[in-house]
Amino acid sequence: MLKDITLGQYFPGNSVIHRLDPRTKLIMLVVYIVALFLAVSWVSYGVMLLFLIGSIKISAIPLKSIVRGMKPLVMILVFTGVLNLFFTEGETVLLEFWVITITKEALVRAFFMVIRILMLVCGTFLLTYTTSPISLTDGLESLMGPLKKLHVPVHELSMMMCIALRFIPTLIEETDKIMSAQKARGADFESGSLIDKAKALIPILVPLFISAFRRADELATAMECRCYQGGDGRTKMKLLRYRLWDYETFGVGAALIAVVCVLRSFGL
Amino acid sequence: MSEIISVEHLAYSYPGVDDTPGVAVFEDMNLKVEEGSFVAVLGGNGCGKSTLAKHFNSILLPCGGRVMVCGMDTADEERLIAVRRNVGMVFQNPDNQIVANVVEEDVAFGPENLGISSAEIRRRVDNALRQVGMNEFAQHAPHLLSGGQKQRIAIAGIIAMEPKCIVLDEPTAMLDPRGRREVIDTVMKLNREKGITVVLITHHMDEAAKAQRVVVLHEGKVAADGTPKEVFSQVELLHSLGLAAPETVELCWELNKQGFSLPLDRLGEEECARLLYDAVKTQCPGGN
Repeated sequence: MLKDITLGQYFPGNSVIHRLDPRTKLIMLVVYIVALFLAVSWVSYGVMLLFLIGSIKISAIPLKSIVRGMKPLVMILVFTGVLNLFFTEGETVLLEFWVITITKEALVRAFFMVIRILMLVCGTFLLTYTTSPISLTDGLESLMGPLKKLHVPVHELSMMMCIALRFIPTLIEETDKIMSAQKARGADFESGSLIDKAKALIPILVPLFISAFRRADELATAMECRCYQGGDGRTKMKLLRYRLWDYETFGVGAALIAVVCVLRSFGL
Repeated sequence: MSEIISVEHLAYSYPGVDDTPGVAVFEDMNLKVEEGSFVAVLGGNGCGKSTLAKHFNSILLPCGGRVMVCGMDTADEERLIAVRRNVGMVFQNPDNQIVANVVEEDVAFGPENLGISSAEIRRRVDNALRQVGMNEFAQHAPHLLSGGQKQRIAIAGIIAMEPKCIVLDEPTAMLDPRGRREVIDTVMKLNREKGITVVLITHHMDEAAKAQRVVVLHEGKVAADGTPKEVFSQVELLHSLGLAAPETVELCWELNKQGFSLPLDRLGEEECARLLYDAVKTQCPGGN
C-alpha cells in the first residue's frame, strides 16, 4: 500500500526534459495548466494530449510509473465524474430514471473534467519525475527571489521543502517497519469498522512521530556540523542558467497557448 | 608533529531538567590528538565518547577548561565556522545526515554553505566522491543505496569541505560486516593518503586495532592510552571496564590461563595463528 505513493519522487535520467532549467519546467507547468483550462473542445484537448504524450516520450519516464502514481486519485476522479454526470443540465437526454437524468452534455462534461484532472496531475508528475527535488527547490527559490524583498523567508521555505521531500521515502520505509513490528505482535489493521481502523493507526503514528523528531534533531546537528547557517553567504554547485533548449521550450509553450487560444476563438 | 585537537581540563555536565541536577560527564579531561594520526576512542556506554566528540567541533561547549582545534578555541563564536570546516563529523545513522535527494548534491551541501565558487564546489564534490569510491553513484538517490554506501556518502560530504580532521562517532554501528569494512577501509585510506587526522569512536575492537593509537575512556576519564598493542595487552583492565580485547588477544589470554605463556600483542589473525603454531610446537610436551 505505502509503496504506491510516488508523489514527489525523482527518476534520474538524461533526457532533454531532465536537463531543462527547473525554472523553465515550472513556468512550462503553469503554461500547460493555463492552456488546459483554456481548452474547451475535442480538438484542443487533442492538441494538449499530443503535447503531454510527446513530453512523456521525450522524458523517457516509463508510463507504468505514471499510471501507478495515479492510483490514489481514482476516488477523486470517480467523484468528479459522477458529480458532473448527474448535476450538469443539458438538452439531449440519454437516460432518465427516478430523479436522475443523464444528458449528452453532462456525459461530455464529465468526461472532459476527468480528462482534465488526469492531464493536470500527469503534467505535475512529469515535473517532479524529471526534476530532482533540490533543483526544483532551487528553481522555486530563484523564481520567488523577488519576494525576499517583502521579507518572505524564501530560502528557509525551499530548504524545508527539500528536506521534507528527501525524507518521504525514509519515513515510508519506517512506517512499513513499524507496521510489520505491530503486526508481529498481533495488531490488526485490516478488519473492523472505520473507527477501529483509525484507532489501530495510533500505535503506528506515535512511534513514527517520535522517530521523526529524533531524526530531525540528528539532522539539524549534522547540518550544523556541515557549516549550515541559513541562506546568507551560501553558494550553489549548480548555477541556474537558461540555455538554448530553454528558450526553445518557451517557444513551444507560447505556441501551445497560441494554438489553444486560436482554437478557442473558432469555438473549437 | 603538532596537535590538531587539544582538550585541556575539560569539564562538562548535561543540564538537568526541571531543577534536577545535571549529569556530570567530564570533570577534568585531558587529551591531545596529533595532526595526521589515526586515533580510536573506546569505552562502554555512557563513558562520554560521543559527548567528547561533540566538543571537537563546537556542537557542545565546555562548562570548564577549554578545547583547542587548530589553535582556535571552540568557544570562540567568531571562529565557529572555521572550527567546523576543519573538524568534520560523521554520525552513526547515515540516513539522518543526508540532506539531499541526489548523492552529488548532498556532497555539495557542505561546500555550498562555505560560500565557495561553483566551479570549485564541482571539483571538490567529484574529488570527494572519487576518494570514497562512490563517483559512479553521483546521480543516484541516497535512499536506494546500502548502509555502507550511504555512510561513505556522508564521509564524502565531510571531506568535500576539505577538513584537517574527521571525527566519526560509531560510524559502523548500524552497518553489516561488509558495510563496516567499506567504511573503515575508506577512513584508513583518507588517513594514509591525504594525511587527514581521524578520530574513530567505536565499539568494535578489531576496528580500533587498526588505529595508530587507542584511547580508552571510562567514567569521563582516560583509562588507557597507547598503541593498540599496549592497550589491548591489558586484558584484565579492559574486562574490568566492561570491554573485551580483540578475539586474537582474548584467545591467547585464555590459553595463558591454561598454562601457556603467550605474548598478548598479536592483533592480526595471521600473526596470531603463527604464534600459536610456534607455541604448540615448542611448549606442548611431546608435540610436534
